[in-house]
Amino acid sequence: MSEIAGAELLFEDPVKRDRLGPLFWICLGWLGLNVFGAIFANVLPLHDPLYGDFNTINAHPSLHHLFGTDDLGRDIFSRVVYGSRISIAVGTGAMVIGFGVGAPLGMLAAYRRGRFDSILTAFMYILLAFPAIVAVIAVLSFWTPRSMFKIIIVIGLASIPLVYRVIRTATMAVATKDYIVAAKVQGATDRRILMKELLPNIAPIGISFLLIGIATVVTLEGALAFLGLSVNPPTPSWGNMINEARTVLAQNPWLVFFPSLALCLFLLCLNFIGDRLRSHFDVTEAKL
Amino acid sequence: MLKYVARRLSIMVGIVFVISIGSFYLLHLLPGDPASVILGLGNTPAARAALYHQLGLDKPVYDQYFIWIGHILSGHLGDSFISHTSIASTIRAALPIDLELIGLSQVLAFGVAIPMAMRSARKPDGALDRLLGAGSFTLLSIPPFIIIVLLVLLFSIKWGIPNTGPASYVSFTTDWIANLESLALPAFTLAIGSFVVYYRVLRSDLISTLQEEFITMARSKGLSQRRIMWIHAFRPSSVALCGTAGVNIGGLLAGGFVVQYLLQIPGLGYTLIAAINTSDYLLVQDIVLVVSVGVVLINFFFDFTVNLIDPRISRE
Repeated sequence: MSEIAGAELLFEDPVKRDRLGPLFWICLGWLGLNVFGAIFANVLPLHDPLYGDFNTINAHPSLHHLFGTDDLGRDIFSRVVYGSRISIAVGTGAMVIGFGVGAPLGMLAAYRRGRFDSILTAFMYILLAFPAIVAVIAVLSFWTPRSMFKIIIVIGLASIPLVYRVIRTATMAVATKDYIVAAKVQGATDRRILMKELLPNIAPIGISFLLIGIATVVTLEGALAFLGLSVNPPTPSWGNMINEARTVLAQNPWLVFFPSLALCLFLLCLNFIGDRLRSHFDVTEAKL
Repeated sequence: MLKYVARRLSIMVGIVFVISIGSFYLLHLLPGDPASVILGLGNTPAARAALYHQLGLDKPVYDQYFIWIGHILSGHLGDSFISHTSIASTIRAALPIDLELIGLSQVLAFGVAIPMAMRSARKPDGALDRLLGAGSFTLLSIPPFIIIVLLVLLFSIKWGIPNTGPASYVSFTTDWIANLESLALPAFTLAIGSFVVYYRVLRSDLISTLQEEFITMARSKGLSQRRIMWIHAFRPSSVALCGTAGVNIGGLLAGGFVVQYLLQIPGLGYTLIAAINTSDYLLVQDIVLVVSVGVVLINFFFDFTVNLIDPRISRE
């Protein structure tokens, strides 16, 4: 945009450039609140998410039932809080598997190069050509009975090639830098270079991709739950609440509104924080 | 160029081979004896014998694979043991609906994203650009299954517009106007997701292209803004767009399954979920294969398009 290269840098206040902005902290706070609610759901003073009070079905929001009740008289607020457990557990669990396998492999491949890298990368690119969503649905439909752990494993495995590609590309950009060469010349061990030199430098990219990855997995789990392929009712999850609500859409729109809102806000915060961190650490998509 | 296409084709054949092994192996994930699970309630000795013959279950696994792939290559997918209908005709009836739905959504998405991206790129950080940036970012966080539920709530329940609610799908050959009405909401839902991605990718590429010297040259010749955008800037900026469109197909599928499921549109997605719910495993297996291979083919098509836009890619 500027005619003279570097002009922006000269005139921009460096302190201002580094600030993450209030919205970032609001989003982080909201995510923290969600995680807190998910962990302490059974300690918090909430209604029983499975108990149906048939005297108050399809109630509108009130002080007693903050978000109202569903068609079975269950409290929607507590179901939304409990429902966050599935989304958060699947999102983080799958990404732990994806990063646990994909990230070390990607770093090692980018650092070692050679035959190890080319064979592994070719293999991962073949896996990437697979439509992951179809593979996930296919495996989940055959691997019965479904449980949260199976969903975490299947989505986690499906995410490995993607994590591998991102981390490998990020590491490659760092691995050719002078300080890595300097460390090698000084006789640093491979282990030391990988852990002390490479890891801290690719961590920002990794973290922002991790957050966006969690958002993607949460969306996917929501879609699976909506299709009835995630955890079985009556266990609440945001996706299956929306799925159940669609049958009483005309009578009780609140039922679909609150879990949708909870899910969208959660995703929005994750995406925003991931995006903010990425531009904060100046990682453009072109570099990936 | 030819060499490039040949190389891509051979990679594609390899991928399809891996996909076929994956789809074949799915049946072996079933707990217990696959024959009794596949047959379900119809587990009679006669049906069992027919199934054993069809799948070669008494033979070693690699023989089973060749029997299965042979059936598929010759087009004999057999009958479902649950619904007793031909699997091939079920898939043939469902597939055009998916293609129409995806086609419509992509026309909508490209039709809106391209002009919008051009508008934004003309004045980066201007009012319109900021508005579209924030708007597209928010849309990015709303999953398709929420969009479609809200649209149905608004259009078909609140305003009562005909042919838009669940189970009101009309086939194209019956009444094409009603058909378009019944596909409007799902196509729009799918289009939103694609629009966001296309808009963001094209906008950032256009902004960097517009800073190139040949654009300054075109400007100094006094060419009109529209001509510069469409003739000079668009083509070099659309390489990443095409690549993204190919990758995006996978996401479209997931969205497609969801909207078909909600509105009971009898495409492959709806058929797939219905087959899963009735434990019709042979049908599930074949749909998985057809859909996966379809995605790979579409990816290949976009790869090829990218190559037409920027022939330098094939020379590398």
